[in-house]
Amino acid sequence: MDWLLQQLINGLALGSIYALIALGYTMVYGVLRFINFAHADVLMLGAYAAYFLAPAVSTVFPLPSLTGALIVTLLSVMICTGIGILIEFLAYRPLRQRPRLTVLITAIGVSLLIEFTCQHEAVFGADTKPFPQLLPVHDFNIGGLVIGSNDLVVVVTTLVLLAALWFIVQRTKMGTAMRAVSFNQQAAALMGININRIISFTFGLGSALAAIAGILYALKAPGIDPLMGVQPGLRAFIAAVLGGIGNLPGAALGGLLLGLLETFAGGISGLSNYRDGIAFAILILILLFKPAGLLGKASVEKV
Amino acid sequence: MNRRRLLPCATAFVLLTCFTGCGKKSDGGIVIGEFASLTGKEATFGISSHEGTLLAIETLNAAGGVLGKKVELLTEDNQSKAGETSNVVNKLISKDGAVAVLGEVASSRSLEAAPICQQNGIPMVSPASTNPKVTETGDCIFRVCFIDPFQGTVMANFVSKTLKATKVAVFTDVKSDYSKGLAKFFKEGFTKNGGQIVAELDFNGGDKDFKAQLTAIKGAAPDAVFVPGYYTDVALIAIQAKQLGLTIPLCGGDGWESQTLLDIGKDAVEGHYFSTHYASDAASPSVVAFVADYKKRFNGKVPDAMAALGYDSAMFLADAIKRAGSTDSTAIRDALAATKDFEAVTGKIAINAQRDAVKSAVILQIKDGKFKYLETVAP
Repeated sequence: MDWLLQQLINGLALGSIYALIALGYTMVYGVLRFINFAHADVLMLGAYAAYFLAPAVSTVFPLPSLTGALIVTLLSVMICTGIGILIEFLAYRPLRQRPRLTVLITAIGVSLLIEFTCQHEAVFGADTKPFPQLLPVHDFNIGGLVIGSNDLVVVVTTLVLLAALWFIVQRTKMGTAMRAVSFNQQAAALMGININRIISFTFGLGSALAAIAGILYALKAPGIDPLMGVQPGLRAFIAAVLGGIGNLPGAALGGLLLGLLETFAGGISGLSNYRDGIAFAILILILLFKPAGLLGKASVEKV
Repeated sequence: MNRRRLLPCATAFVLLTCFTGCGKKSDGGIVIGEFASLTGKEATFGISSHEGTLLAIETLNAAGGVLGKKVELLTEDNQSKAGETSNVVNKLISKDGAVAVLGEVASSRSLEAAPICQQNGIPMVSPASTNPKVTETGDCIFRVCFIDPFQGTVMANFVSKTLKATKVAVFTDVKSDYSKGLAKFFKEGFTKNGGQIVAELDFNGGDKDFKAQLTAIKGAAPDAVFVPGYYTDVALIAIQAKQLGLTIPLCGGDGWESQTLLDIGKDAVEGHYFSTHYASDAASPSVVAFVADYKKRFNGKVPDAMAALGYDSAMFLADAIKRAGSTDSTAIRDALAATKDFEAVTGKIAINAQRDAVKSAVILQIKDGKFKYLETVAP
């Protein structure tokens, strides 16, 4: 029983990270109908930004501390927001009028460009770097069950950001504009919405989410390398599809489900080798019965 | 700080040797080729072994060279990539005319070079590839390190006799031949000692979350866990094991030995054990001299096992060339095969019929953020 509950905790902690990354994927998709594959690499850049900022910040606010961690995160978020807007401006904006497939392939190109540039010795280098401890760590031990403080931080952050995003998209003027752009770009432009500004904002917001996810991921597994985003990025993308891509609560739900499935499959002696296989087989089954994802709405496309 | 300054230094140095080496035709010296992973994923290993080799060649040349001739080392980088090794080894043999080839640490890449050297009849000495298959390629392939069956057995004996463990969990990296081989020989040795394997879990090298498997291991209540992985994964495993309250010792092989393990793992890797080729804090005079020379040459850096093996591989080859009395590849090969007791930094080496080095292993423990010498296990 203890074993089962501990795996439940492990799975929720892992799933929250996937959920957090999936939020970024799904939000950009919701507005632009396009998968930003460079999202996982912005996540990596967020972790590296924090890695390089931490020693500087710790001279003013000694680390690990909550204030220090918040400042490091805030600065990394600002850097990644800039990078996200820059990527959109340089790589995606010139292709705005082209078929969606062109943009998708470009996104894969941007992703590979970032990964392999960063692996160069003169940039970050391919070796794993030790990530500094930003937050004080405490493991809560409740009747044989262990809950790490970092895991709690991840869960709380995911919930807060989910609520914040929902508020931005549904209740603010910017969010209304985002939804209008997502519905019909031409009509939105005719209504006086600055399309370029909305799309830049969306990418900035998505990259900010990626930076936070990157730092939390690095806190959980404090060894960072330029390819650290690939695996969780892929999982989060699948989580977003599972929850119904474009749907914010769906992404969170998909992430949690994927984390739980992986953890339970990975905890079986002798079967742990197949943990991804088992998890993904179940996902395929779910998608067979609900092709639009758990919370997604099936839409009919007019031809 | 030290590491950060060293890396550009090492890279610059490597580039320099490469540039001067590439442009120059042999001027009557003995040409020895070397391939190593100087950049990319396993760069730590490649740079260490290369520095050891370089130190050996410089020492030889300072003492007047071999057979009265200067030794020329031509180094090529395979970028830790599959496929690149065959290119550079072909170049070393056919274009540069190397009489022998040294390389490399990772078994998979040594396995790529071995058939090429064998076909050309050029002797190859691997400093640190422990997978048995490497020397099975043919009679031109040698190594100066022990092989995985020995390393696995050493750890099995250590876990059952010194740690007095009877129940052990094995946690294997299914992506790596090295890890799977080591796990297999450990399990055989440990069950032969009367021990019991209570759980067998797997991970994929590069994973970041190991809590699912570690919780299962905790549930099986073993006395120790055998984790034959590479240092980056092991560091994260140790951290998450500690978080889950798994306080039993973790044990592993020579893939653990890297400063990165300590940098990432910090206090979570304290007290754990692994087997490797040599200990830099051992008292033997050859080790003390080597460590002093290496520190002097490379800005005070302490040589790890890969550096010591890189040094040994070059010295071992030079010794064979001296005994052969010529630079003819067949004569060198025969002299290498006839090596009986060569005094290397990593211990006395005898070459057996499979062209593997028969030598002792050491067991280290991580204590106060350092690798501490614990015991030597004879073959």
